[in-house]
Amino acid sequence: MNALKNNLFKRQDLINYGLLAILLVLILPLTLDIFRLNLVGKYLSYAFVAVGLVLCWGYGGILSLGQGVFFGIGGYAMAMFLKLEASSPEATAIQSTPGIPDFMDWNQLTALPWFWEPFHSLGFTTLAILFVAPLFAFIVAVAMFKRRVGGVYFAIITQAIAAILTILIIGQQGYTGGVNGITDLRTLMGWDIRTDSAKYILYFFCVAMLFACLLLAHLVLKSKLGRLLVAIRDREDRVRFSGYDVSSFKIFVFCFAAMLSAIGGAMFTLQVGFMSPTLVGIVPSIEMVIFCALGGRLSIIGAVYGALLVNAAKTTMSEAFPELWLFAMGALFIGVVLAFPNGLAGLYQTLLQKVKERRAAAAAQKTPATPAIAPRNATSDPEPAQGIGVPSQS
Amino acid sequence: MQKRDRNPKQQSTLRRQLLKGLMLLPAAVMLGNVQLASAEVNTTGLAVTDDTVKVGILHSITGTMAISETGSVQAEKLAIDQINAMGGVLGRQIEYIQEDGASDWPTFAEKSKKLLVNDKVAAVFGCWTSASRKAVLPVFEQYNGMLYYPTFYEGLEQSPNVIYTGQEATQQILAGLDWVMENKGAENFYLLGSDYIWPRTSNKIARKHIEKNGLKVVGEEYYPLGHTQFNSVINKIKLKKPDVVFISVVGGSNVAFYKQLKAAGIEMGKEKPLFLTISVTEDEILGIGGENIDGIYASMKYFQSLDNENNAGFVDAFKEKYGEDIVIGDVTQAAYLGPWLWKAAVEKAGSFDIDKVRAASAEIELTSAPEGYVKVHPNHHLWSKTRIGQAQTDGQYKVVYETSELIEPNPFPEGYQ
Repeated sequence: MNALKNNLFKRQDLINYGLLAILLVLILPLTLDIFRLNLVGKYLSYAFVAVGLVLCWGYGGILSLGQGVFFGIGGYAMAMFLKLEASSPEATAIQSTPGIPDFMDWNQLTALPWFWEPFHSLGFTTLAILFVAPLFAFIVAVAMFKRRVGGVYFAIITQAIAAILTILIIGQQGYTGGVNGITDLRTLMGWDIRTDSAKYILYFFCVAMLFACLLLAHLVLKSKLGRLLVAIRDREDRVRFSGYDVSSFKIFVFCFAAMLSAIGGAMFTLQVGFMSPTLVGIVPSIEMVIFCALGGRLSIIGAVYGALLVNAAKTTMSEAFPELWLFAMGALFIGVVLAFPNGLAGLYQTLLQKVKERRAAAAAQKTPATPAIAPRNATSDPEPAQGIGVPSQS
Repeated sequence: MQKRDRNPKQQSTLRRQLLKGLMLLPAAVMLGNVQLASAEVNTTGLAVTDDTVKVGILHSITGTMAISETGSVQAEKLAIDQINAMGGVLGRQIEYIQEDGASDWPTFAEKSKKLLVNDKVAAVFGCWTSASRKAVLPVFEQYNGMLYYPTFYEGLEQSPNVIYTGQEATQQILAGLDWVMENKGAENFYLLGSDYIWPRTSNKIARKHIEKNGLKVVGEEYYPLGHTQFNSVINKIKLKKPDVVFISVVGGSNVAFYKQLKAAGIEMGKEKPLFLTISVTEDEILGIGGENIDGIYASMKYFQSLDNENNAGFVDAFKEKYGEDIVIGDVTQAAYLGPWLWKAAVEKAGSFDIDKVRAASAEIELTSAPEGYVKVHPNHHLWSKTRIGQAQTDGQYKVVYETSELIEPNPFPEGYQ
């Protein structure tokens, strides 16, 4: 058993990742046309955020209701680069100031603002996507966690930040595109991202990035850090009294989740072709928590399924019942959370457990000498969460 | 991809052959209504059969914009019903597929793509806010769809894939300002709007026009969407005593603004100052309450109270379908024009193909429009008259002025950019 436990990937983990890979790389691309596949790509960009939330909420006990902020930072960084490329002086010749994005021209700006300049470079943009969100998260987290602000207060503050950023983006429309967002993005380094072939490539790129992120998240969870996070979530004081600097771990996991969200945001912009403040605010931030809760907040793979399923349900229901779909969605959320408090992943685990028990029982009948295996296996699984929506107190 | 392409073709050729066989006899007998086969009127694979044609309706019916967009949906459905009752378009009944934009711009983009790529609709009637239009525009241009957009808006746009059935900013604003200058002797103006692209552009146009006439703008202010505290600006208005307050505040903010104006003791009917809005239609008054706003003026192309035969018929049909208490605002009427303009263009082109409909759209006339006669300009906007209405306590506008000529749409006004 020790040999099994020390392995980074248990057999069950490998099966789970394999199943997800088969679904995303083979089944969906082969069965869906490019329009639907592009939608799946969009859903997957939310999955990045949900994976981040599993880490910081499910394991770290930090409920953030402002992940849309980081999603937005990544998305806007990507959109700024693409918008600059789409605003060449030739393409914008009818404007009073050719060569700047169209919305700036509408807002009487006559020169590109200084903070837009570096986004001419793809290298800078990539760095911005990867590091601006974690940096921002770092500032917030240091200010909060070093002062031992946590739990509900932290959730409220993240929500306030989401609201502030939305208002800021809408208010500064000359610099940000305002309510309209940054639209009409066309090419990436001269490569037209709107064509069907580009959409296929972007989809697979998105899937590859998602697996890279899942792998990173998996490593974090399987390391000592991951176990410390669980410890902090369940008994923060004990960890602190054991001599650990609790806040640094919380800061780390929050920044890591922010980085994942920002990557998701960039993937969103690439696949959907625009970015707008409606993806930054409180509502999308809470929706992302729902994806995570529905998928199971203790399972990074569950979070991916959660994001996929909720969004697929949203699309199909709103197509089938354009006037009633919101009620159906509400009922679905309430139903799932009531019936499976640990989300789909919890349901899956219970099923697996039952299968295992049945096998063990069958084995025990054959060879009654080794009855102790089944309960031991059961304890090696991560413990189920206390209850959905209640982060551990701090 | 391949699979998807092949199936409908096989289906439609089969169906076409069957139908051709069936229709040969009656078609030979029928003299007046000659039905063209789908292959001739639809060479680009749109969802057109020998007796139906699919179109899309794309508005927010949930979320914050639902209250504004519902009227447009109702008007579009009414127009489609009426067209179907008259025998449809090129002998085909219109079937609509309705999608919900959910007041969310990415959703608008997703749904528009679904309508164009999956459903292959021949036209889409939809969008309301500029943000939603900007979100779907690249989709319509990429997949070559046709959008009929009903809202009055800021201009600065002219897409080959959009027909703008509402007024662009100069049509609405210049006539209104000229009217207050000539008839009310206005000299000082205070500009007030919600903070987004439409009010900002509108006020830019207004300011240029005011200053060109040698008059003065004494204040210009913007408040965030959904803002409800207008006391400070009301105090400023009292202090600066402008002759005209020119207002482009939208949505729920209107309710707070006019109620606070009244509470501050300003009697709008006294015209000191005179309030001129470009954003309050009968729909908004329903929320504000007629008694809180009576006396202000609005500059638009349509009021429910317009006195002409077309409008009487339109209002009756609307009330019959949706109830006696329904009110009809400027955008609702513009939305109603969409299906009719599309029908006229399709019939002129003799085809549903987007490129042919686009080419046929310029110079299309509609004599049956509730607002009176309209004509499509080659820049895809409509020639229309502008009216000034004064709000009454019953929530209706009394029309006090109408431009004598149709105003040419000019989405890229020179010197106003």
